[in-house]
Amino acid sequence: MDSLLEVKKLKKYFNTPRGVLHAVDGVSFTLEKGKTLGVVGESGCGKSTLGRTVLHLLDPTSGKILFDGRDISVVDPKQLHELRREMQMVFQDPFSSINPRMTVAGIIGEPLKIYKVFDAKSDYEARVHELMETVGLADNMATKYPHELDGGRRQRIGIARALAINPKFIVCDEPVSALDVSIQAQILNLLMDLQDQLGLTYMFITHDLSVVKHISDDICVMYLGMLVEKCPAKELFVHNYHPYTKALLSAIPQPKLVQRQRILLKGEITSPINVGKKCRFAQRCPYAKEICFQKTPKLEEITPGHTIACHFAKEINGL
Amino acid sequence: MSEILLEVKDLVIHYFTDGEEACAVNGLSFDLAPQEVIGFVGETGAGKTTTALGIMGLVPNPPGRVLNGEIIFQGKDLLKASEAEMRKIRGEKITMIFQDPMTSLNPVLTVGDQIAEVVLLHNKMSKKQAMARAMEMLEMVGIPGARCSEYPHQFSGGMKQRVVIAIALACNPELLIADEPTTALDVTIQAQVLDLMRKLKEDLKTSLIMITHDLGVVAEICDKVAVIYAGEVVESGTLKDIFTDHRHPYTEGLFASIPDLDEDVDRLHVIKGLMPSPTDLPTGCKFHPRCPYATERCASERPKPVHLSDTHMVLCPRAGDGGAQKA
Repeated sequence: MDSLLEVKKLKKYFNTPRGVLHAVDGVSFTLEKGKTLGVVGESGCGKSTLGRTVLHLLDPTSGKILFDGRDISVVDPKQLHELRREMQMVFQDPFSSINPRMTVAGIIGEPLKIYKVFDAKSDYEARVHELMETVGLADNMATKYPHELDGGRRQRIGIARALAINPKFIVCDEPVSALDVSIQAQILNLLMDLQDQLGLTYMFITHDLSVVKHISDDICVMYLGMLVEKCPAKELFVHNYHPYTKALLSAIPQPKLVQRQRILLKGEITSPINVGKKCRFAQRCPYAKEICFQKTPKLEEITPGHTIACHFAKEINGL
Repeated sequence: MSEILLEVKDLVIHYFTDGEEACAVNGLSFDLAPQEVIGFVGETGAGKTTTALGIMGLVPNPPGRVLNGEIIFQGKDLLKASEAEMRKIRGEKITMIFQDPMTSLNPVLTVGDQIAEVVLLHNKMSKKQAMARAMEMLEMVGIPGARCSEYPHQFSGGMKQRVVIAIALACNPELLIADEPTTALDVTIQAQVLDLMRKLKEDLKTSLIMITHDLGVVAEICDKVAVIYAGEVVESGTLKDIFTDHRHPYTEGLFASIPDLDEDVDRLHVIKGLMPSPTDLPTGCKFHPRCPYATERCASERPKPVHLSDTHMVLCPRAGDGGAQKA
């Protein structure tokens, strides 16, 4: 399979009055065409910044982004304009990410106007109609305003807008977390159907592990700006090796009578400012030893296709 | 358990706005024994929060009005209580914690002052004693007592929710209503807060109403469950009744639409359609337009509760026919 997106040692730092904030710190991955990469982590782990940096909504501090064989690490505004034809985004909050003063058809058609895709008005209208049908919005919605619609339908507008100019790659940043479970299921099914029909590639950012398992081919687990574990989606739920992944998985309340053994983490996520050289999870890690506070662990392959960043990966897991 | 702490019967709460009538709660009933935990499960707009506000006597009027029903707490109907009596009950006997810890604390008062405020309102003691009690409460929820003089913005989300819990429990209430207490928190922090709540409820012997849309949270902490749809309890029972033998088509749909961590499915089950608007509820069974088993009878006739056992109630005629045996 060809890779569509290759990210190498991507870094995004922010300067703050209190020091340098390491939002994304040396993240590397490749994403094949037509596949979905799930990025999981808690608030503040840098997963949204990663998605935004890949799309050039934020400029990377350093590192390489290869998209479809081209180096897009540094782009000028003109190149960026062309690039956006191929990469789009669906945002978390369907209430604030669409313009309340435009009609549904206007919102969905806006990218078509920006890129002057059609000359004839009839072609434009036909495409908007087609897009609405694709995402399951009824025709009579076209002239409505966002406030007249519920969250699920608004998220469908966000998806139709992202699809308008036939992108190859879509970053979905928590697209279902603002929705109720029954609506969440509808949107997840829609996203998966669209991937089959249009051959889309997704980067799917979420904090919900059961959602990410359902939709992804590969999963990256992030903690404080770094990748701590990466492997095929199904593998992660059978064999997980990083202490943080273990705790994260065990923390999800299961809708079942028999609960799994819980690993309760101490404390909260530490500050991403002036992180220094240590394992970023060390303070909360039940297995942390001296070396964890002195040296940042490298991402290493522990079994084929499964990489983790932990000094004691082998010892903890008896490998 | 024969003793009853709280009994809600046929509660009806509607909101009146611009000539429209939003039927938020429509004949909801349940009861709760001392030290029991009941989970209210349902989607946005099901009427979970309005019910809770009803119990607290906090339904905003206007536009909201309690039209019917009884809320019997320790043998006394709260709907007939005067505002002065309710003020005594609220905060001392019944307390509530809200979803968003960021907005439920006062940003210009120290957390110690905010805990002490409740203590002073309901007890005769000096300010010093109240402060000591505030520190004790903070320690109980796992925050060093010395942080009592800090302001809410100096705490993280999980810590703020702990402070809110400390305020709610400061007067040893009989009943705590928790409205989505962990929804705004990350999973590892959610696990800590749930663990804390479970421990506190055992130590303090408080009854708990847990409002949530997350069936996982319910499984963690509740003894019994009420599934709420369009302002009615459509199914209620013990945790075991609901999780192993759910009979109502809506409960069935809710369980099926959650992606399973242990099993693989290609497509998620979807409950077709949308939650009905509370200003325009369907006739007959309120779930019938979305129900895969709906018959003509469902559209015209209000379903009667079917009692499958002492604990298990289903608001669907199919449950009684035996037709709902695991479809």
